[in-house]
Amino acid sequence: MTTAALAVERPARATRVSPLLWALPPLVVLAGFLIYPLVLVGVQSVTNEDGVRTLETWRSVLAAGEFHRAIGNTVLIAGAATAGCIMLGTFFAVVLALVPFPGSGAAARAVDTLLAFPSFLIALSFTFLYGAAGVLQLGDFLYSRWCVILAEITFYTPFVMRPALAALTHLPAERLAVAASLGARPGQVLRRVVLPEIAPAVAAGGALTLLLTLNEFGIVLFIGAKDVITLPMLVHSKGVVTFDYPSACVVAVVEVALSALLYLLYRRIFRRKGARGADLVP
Amino acid sequence: MLIWSRSARWPIWALFAAVFLVIVAAPLAVLVAAALATEWNDVLPGGFTVAHLGSALTGENQGSLLVSLQTAAVAGLAAVAVGTWAALALAAAPRWLRKGADGLLHLPVAIPSVVVGLGLLVAYSRPPLLLNGTRWIVLIAHLVLVLSFSYATVSSALARIDDSYAQVAASLGARPALVLWRVRLPMLLPAMSAAAALAVALSMGEVGATIMVYPPDWRTLPVTVFTLTDRGRTFDAAAATLILLGATLVALLILGRVSRGRTTTGVSP
Repeated sequence: MTTAALAVERPARATRVSPLLWALPPLVVLAGFLIYPLVLVGVQSVTNEDGVRTLETWRSVLAAGEFHRAIGNTVLIAGAATAGCIMLGTFFAVVLALVPFPGSGAAARAVDTLLAFPSFLIALSFTFLYGAAGVLQLGDFLYSRWCVILAEITFYTPFVMRPALAALTHLPAERLAVAASLGARPGQVLRRVVLPEIAPAVAAGGALTLLLTLNEFGIVLFIGAKDVITLPMLVHSKGVVTFDYPSACVVAVVEVALSALLYLLYRRIFRRKGARGADLVP
Repeated sequence: MLIWSRSARWPIWALFAAVFLVIVAAPLAVLVAAALATEWNDVLPGGFTVAHLGSALTGENQGSLLVSLQTAAVAGLAAVAVGTWAALALAAAPRWLRKGADGLLHLPVAIPSVVVGLGLLVAYSRPPLLLNGTRWIVLIAHLVLVLSFSYATVSSALARIDDSYAQVAASLGARPALVLWRVRLPMLLPAMSAAAALAVALSMGEVGATIMVYPPDWRTLPVTVFTLTDRGRTFDAAAATLILLGATLVALLILGRVSRGRTTTGVSP
C-alpha cells in the first residue's frame, strides 16, 4: 500500500519540480524567432536609417494617401469577403445537411479540400476565368476590388461552412419535424429553429475569416491589381521592393495591432462561450 | 429534413449546383485546363499540350520543387517536434504560463505572414546573428508559421487523451522518460502525424513570408509560380501550381503510410 502510494507520488513531485525548465526550449524557439523579431519591428519603426530615435517615419507614413487607401481597401475587402463567406457558408451547410442530395457528401469534401490548397491558386485560376482574354471576357473585372473579394470568398467559405455543418449535426431532426408538424413553413423553421442553433458556430467561423482576410496576401499579390493595395501588400512593397524598412515596420505595427485586437476579442468571446466549432485547426 | 416536398427541393438544388459550380468547381477545373492548354483566347482553350508540365519539371522549376519539398520536410519535422514538446511541457506547467504561452504559440495565425517575414528580415540582417541571404531564414519563417498549427493539433489531442494510462504506468514504477516514450508519445502519434500532414501542406503553399526573406539560391515553388505569373507566363505558372498540388498530395500520402506503419508497431509491446 505504502509503496504504491509512493510510486504514484513520485512522478507528481518530479513534474512539479521542473515544469518551468521543461517548457523552456519551445519558448526559447518562440522568443528567438517570433517575439524578438516582432519587438525589433516595433523598435525599427521609431528608428531612422541613421539609427536615431524619431517619430518622423510614423508621421510621414500615417499622412500618406497610399496608407489611407490601403487601410480602406483592407477593411473593405475583409468585411465584404467575410459577409460573403457567412452567407455562402451558411447556405452550403444548410443545403448539405438539411436538403441533402446524392453526392452531397462528396460536395462537402470538395469544399473542404480547398482548405488544403494555397490561396494564390484561386487568384491564378481567376486570371483565366475573369481575365481580359479568358473564359468570361469580363475586361477589367480581374483588376478590381470585387475580384479580390470574390477570390477570398471562394477560398474562405470552408472556414464558415465547416463549423456550421458541425453545429447542424447536433441539431436533432425531431425538432425540425415538430416545428413543421405544428404548421411552420420551411422559411420559418429556417429562421426560428435552424439559424439560431448554428449562429454561434457561424459567428466563430466568421470572426476567424475576418481575421484571416485582413491578413490575406497571396490572393492580392497574384491578382496584382495596381489599384488594390492592402496593408500586407504595402508591407511587402516597402520592405523588399523599395527596401524602406522603417516605413514597412510602421505599416506592420499598425497591421499587427489591428489583428491582435481582433484576435484577443475572438479568443475572449469564443473561449468563454466554449463554441468549439471553429477551432483554428481545420 | 427541412423541405418535405420533393418538387420544392429542386429549385434549391439547382441554386446550390449553380453556386457550387461557379465558386468551387470552376476555379479548379480552369487551373487544370490552363496547365494543359496551348493557348486560351476564347471560351475554351485552343489546344492541349503537356509542354508546360514538362517545363515545370525541368531546370529552374524542378530546382524550386526540390527546395519546396526540403523546406516542407525540415520545417514540418521541426514544427511537430517543437509543437509536441510545447504541448506536453505546457500541460504540466502552471496555469499562468500555460495560458500565456498558448496565446503566443497561436500568434502566427493571427498576424500576417508578411509581418513574420519582415520581422525575421529586420532581426537577422544585423548582429549577433546574420541569417539574411541564407536558406536558414526561409526554414525559420516556415517553422514559425506552421508551429502554431502543429502545436494546436497536438495539444487539443492531448486534452482529449485519458491520462490514467500514463498514471498507471507511473504507478507500476515506470520512470517519467519511459512513460513518455512508451505511453504518452505512442498515444499522441496519430495527432502528430496529422500535425505533420498539416504542416507539410501549409509549408508547400506558403508565399507571404517566403517572398519577404528568400535568397536567390533558395526559391520555393510558390515564389517561382509568382515570378512566372509576373512575367506573363501564366500557362507555365498554372502547370507549376498543378505540380505543386501533386507533390503535396504525394508527400501527404507517403506521410500517411509511414505514420500508419509506425502506429501499429509503436503501440504493441
